[in-house]
Amino acid sequence: MNEFYFYTKLDQTILLGRKAKTIPELLDGIQTVPEASIYFHTHRYLQQHHYLSPEPPNDFAYWTTGVLNDAELGEQLSSIDIIRFESIQRLRQEFIALLREYNERTEKIRECPPGQEFHFMSTQTFAFQTPYTARSLGEFRSILKRVSISSLYYHIYDAKLRLQKGENDFSRWFRDLGFIELAEELARLDPYTYTLEGLRNKILALGEKYDKN
Amino acid sequence: MIRIEEYASIVGQATIDELFLLARSLEGKVVQNINSTAVGGGVAEILTRIVPLLKQLGVDAHWDVIKGDERFFVTTKKMHNGLHGTPVTLTKDELDAFIEINRVNAQELSFRDIVFIHDPQPIALVERREGGRSHWIWRCHIDFSNPIESVWQFLEGYIHRYDVSVFSAPAFARSLEGKQVLISPSIDPLSDKNRELPENVIENIFKSFGIDRSRPIITQISRFDYLKDPLGVIQAYRMAKKNVDIQLVLAGGGATDDPEGPMVMQQVQDAAAKDEDIHVLFLPPASDIEINALQRGSTVVLQKSLKEGFGLTVSEALWKGRPVIASAVGGIPLQISHKYSGILTRSVQGTAHAIKQLINEPEYARKLGINGREHIKNNFLITRHIKDYLLLFISLFKNGRDIVYL
Repeated sequence: MNEFYFYTKLDQTILLGRKAKTIPELLDGIQTVPEASIYFHTHRYLQQHHYLSPEPPNDFAYWTTGVLNDAELGEQLSSIDIIRFESIQRLRQEFIALLREYNERTEKIRECPPGQEFHFMSTQTFAFQTPYTARSLGEFRSILKRVSISSLYYHIYDAKLRLQKGENDFSRWFRDLGFIELAEELARLDPYTYTLEGLRNKILALGEKYDKN
Repeated sequence: MIRIEEYASIVGQATIDELFLLARSLEGKVVQNINSTAVGGGVAEILTRIVPLLKQLGVDAHWDVIKGDERFFVTTKKMHNGLHGTPVTLTKDELDAFIEINRVNAQELSFRDIVFIHDPQPIALVERREGGRSHWIWRCHIDFSNPIESVWQFLEGYIHRYDVSVFSAPAFARSLEGKQVLISPSIDPLSDKNRELPENVIENIFKSFGIDRSRPIITQISRFDYLKDPLGVIQAYRMAKKNVDIQLVLAGGGATDDPEGPMVMQQVQDAAAKDEDIHVLFLPPASDIEINALQRGSTVVLQKSLKEGFGLTVSEALWKGRPVIASAVGGIPLQISHKYSGILTRSVQGTAHAIKQLINEPEYARKLGINGREHIKNNFLITRHIKDYLLLFISLFKNGRDIVYL
């Protein structure tokens, strides 16, 4: 029997006690903090403000634009397309390359006002199985309406980038179930351009479309 | 007593189910909270609410209170001020007496699986830590972004003996050897200060204060303290009033331990004296329903602080769906995303401009309020606080991997 076990996850935020006042210090931090810290700073906004904006900026971009007042660099940092990356290490390298290039062409180092430093944080994730198991696409749709947003988050974002499964958990299961087109269509979606509730509705709509076929 | 299930109507049943699932991982473990007061103050208030809810989730949670004499509490008050950055000197005698009180209390206490110490007063109990039998956590509820070095050094001598330290804001993190965890404060949506109120209750409270609800009302709730900038609020109100017909409510309690309090209050009253549209309300303790009503009935809520710890009054107002204009200080930027869930300002002029915008564009103000409430619902309610505590306790028994499967 091909079953889908719904997991969920909850995160603990860890303070690294490290801060940056300038772009060179930010770069230095990005080069040395644990991978979970890069994941935290590129996904925190999505999780904490998931109702606000379908284009969540990462913390590095938010700080560069809002605190250092460097709109151009902020835009470049926020344009890094997370969906393209299969691992956090590759994502980290992208930030490093961009900031190194910036440092090379910039002579004047901007310093943030006191008290507005960038604080590096990290996350430890606790994942566990929920009581929900789907045995058909119909059951899946019904459960997806009920599970917490953290469950959706785990199977879509964590599965692909942190667990490096290559694709999200839902697509993999749809494929095993024989819904190849549904799997492909979901895999093509850029989840970083949706709010989490918007993404839930989109997956529900896709499920309905293919369940009818 | 409030039941944990009552929160399901606010945060969703799935969130409550997750708390029960998490709590199962703590079966057989005893959590022992220790602080220095059973009533009064923010720590006692949050423990009064959280400990019974943890028990309902199935966690064997306890709460012990250490005893101290007057001298002990004078010393700990000095420590508190020192952590806030106020210059203080702690004598060797004072510190010796502080340690001795901790030792006496440690003799009387029996330490359990998870010893959860709140704030500096009981910090030295960790001296009696024995081997690996108990896990020790130190939770600092105080803002100490700029502590006096000597106070910090004294406390650091104890902090490094704990397994984990917990802070309320990223800026409070230090360069420490041990693990540091961020746990933000929270508000309780079912408490008197935050629960829904019938319209007639709100109406009657405004009437009792003589405030006209037919015209826009801007309100700041905070104690009368220079750091809350009540005089700056009056200035901003005056600038805005040149273009919009508004009333101002400045409401708050007295800070009995603040010698500047009466002076600030006097200056505020003088500044407001000739304006009938400024209502200065000196609220007694236990005015939670009045504060709730004033926040709910206001057109715009301000928090124009010059310095702030976390600033939970902002969470309270946002939770009530009010548009909030607040200074970008302390923990306020964690609660407000500028122009999405409120307005962040840095000056009197900016505040006045934002007041006019929100009065003139009620639909925009309404959207800020909706987003603000949603942000508080997802991040700053007591259920999130409980989740963070459960994860904190569970993490003591797990390895340090990025993803832990329970």
